[in-house]
Amino acid sequence: MKKIASKDSKLLLIFSGAVLLMPLWLAPFGAAYPDLLQKFAIYGIFAIGFNILFGLTGYLSFGHAAFLGVGSYAAVWSFKLFTMNVLPAVLFGVFFAGLLALAIGFVSLRRSGIYFSILTLAFAQMSYNLAYSVLTPITNGETGLQLTLNDPRWLDSLYKVAGEGLPSTELFGLKMSGYPGFYFCAIILIVCFFISLRIFRSPFGLMLRGVKSNQNRMNYTGLNTRPYMLSAFVISGMYAGLAGSLLAVTDPLAGAERMQWTASGEVVLMTILGGVGTLVGPMLGAGLIKYFENIFSSFNSNILHEIFSFLPDGIENVMVKVTGLFVGSGWHLTLGLLFMIVVIFLPGGIVEGAQKVKNLFVSNDQKGSAESSPEKQAVE
Amino acid sequence: MENLVLHLDNIQKSFGGLRALADVNLHVEEGKTHAIIGPNGAGKSTLLNVCVGRLKPDSGRVTFDGQELTGKKPHEIAQIGVARVFQTPEIFQELSLIDNVMLPALSRRDGAFAFNPHLLLRSQSEIRDEAEHILGDVGLKEHLNQEAGSLSRGDKRRLELGMCLILHPRLLLLDEPTAGMARHDTNQTIALLQKIKERGMTKVIIEHDMHVVFSLADKVSVLARGKIIADGSPDEVREDPVVKEAYLGGAHE
Repeated sequence: MKKIASKDSKLLLIFSGAVLLMPLWLAPFGAAYPDLLQKFAIYGIFAIGFNILFGLTGYLSFGHAAFLGVGSYAAVWSFKLFTMNVLPAVLFGVFFAGLLALAIGFVSLRRSGIYFSILTLAFAQMSYNLAYSVLTPITNGETGLQLTLNDPRWLDSLYKVAGEGLPSTELFGLKMSGYPGFYFCAIILIVCFFISLRIFRSPFGLMLRGVKSNQNRMNYTGLNTRPYMLSAFVISGMYAGLAGSLLAVTDPLAGAERMQWTASGEVVLMTILGGVGTLVGPMLGAGLIKYFENIFSSFNSNILHEIFSFLPDGIENVMVKVTGLFVGSGWHLTLGLLFMIVVIFLPGGIVEGAQKVKNLFVSNDQKGSAESSPEKQAVE
Repeated sequence: MENLVLHLDNIQKSFGGLRALADVNLHVEEGKTHAIIGPNGAGKSTLLNVCVGRLKPDSGRVTFDGQELTGKKPHEIAQIGVARVFQTPEIFQELSLIDNVMLPALSRRDGAFAFNPHLLLRSQSEIRDEAEHILGDVGLKEHLNQEAGSLSRGDKRRLELGMCLILHPRLLLLDEPTAGMARHDTNQTIALLQKIKERGMTKVIIEHDMHVVFSLADKVSVLARGKIIADGSPDEVREDPVVKEAYLGGAHE
């Protein structure tokens, strides 16, 4: 028993270390700039929260982007109305996302399987369209919600004279852009990871796993599955709202496209790519996808020519033509291939791959523990 | 006067044009094992489904210890103290054996829903000890951390029985607990069921295997074409000409 406890604290320690030191160990991969690091942390939170629903209960929501979007809008409104301090913004984001999750979950959880997925998808698309057109007074429609010079900012105006130009988000004076912004997100990410770890290890988490495994038996055991499902749904919705509000913290604007179904699909990809139902998997998946999105998409033919310059001219041109399809705006092609490879050969995602590699080297003891908690691999 | 706890009064249930249960009356005495036998398609499983809330009867009512069960949801019926072993084992295939048994134990302690993500499963030592004890009772103590899905069919049944026993049910419904088992496993299960008989739990058992029925039951009811055609002690039923005609005769030849 003690062994599991120390294993968990070791996992948490390694996770925290890896997250806080990202600026160092990601530098060789060209990913150590604050904007991208912030994205790693924020989408990590999004995916970790999504995994609490999908990984533990097996209910696949295709509408989590709605909560991400609501979190962003709520945060920006907090900046506009009250204060540029990020704490209230984050609280508002989490609160309103939780509220929306409660409503959507209440209806969607009447069905399971594909019907649940479709219901959540429908709700998310409704939210998107509402944000895009009907609710323009609140969301500023197509343009997106932004800070303006006329915003009241009641709390700030009580004890501060508004400076020139648009103010920036801050935590008690510390500006939330660049590295401070990253570390703020990173600390929240670590807290979120800790909460998710505790949920995985709690009786509550066992019940959620029971829902995934056999709902019938749950019912005949005297457990009411509905409130369990709804709590998991709301918790993961709140994680998404938190991620959305952090997006607004690092860049105070919110647009409806954040709620589109592609964004919901992205978090599904992240979770599956990393490893559904594992603790670190979603974080790895989120990191990998954001890395591809930002690094591969910035490759252009000049860089490719450089890479292949050692080849004879004719072959070089062919290679650049071929690989050019997979980088730049074609990075989705690489992602698609990677996703196919993972789903076909490693249904348990990167985490399963890492475990297989680990088993190759250490083939003694270690057997049969139901959930895997492999150490975070420094390969991204 | 005997103390009757489970009452099924005038239960009727049809599926489309098929009359599965036509006016069934059944009364079960507290602490006794009541077997229901009958040919295939007689409505035995339907009867249990009506008891646990999986099916709603078209008419009639089920009461247990003065509480009405008809119309209640499965988890509410389970919280009243009715547990069921299914014909095909309903277990948590992906979870370890110990988790399989701890889950119902938590349900007994915490009720139908408890929001407790702040607790640690591994610190619930009381529940864990009890779960280990029950797994010992059903003879699965060696495989605590094994995944339940990898068990043999007979072991799955025993696990499911353990999951029901840890609920400390007042009424245990068993749907063919030895179907598809080898003789040796059947005898083990009989021994186990005889052991728990001493705990004063009321049991209703559906069984095809007469060997099992006559070693366990205090009372036997015979169900045929949706009706109880006879009931009494095992010996009385064995000698009943109507039963011989409808069921036993065919089975023994």
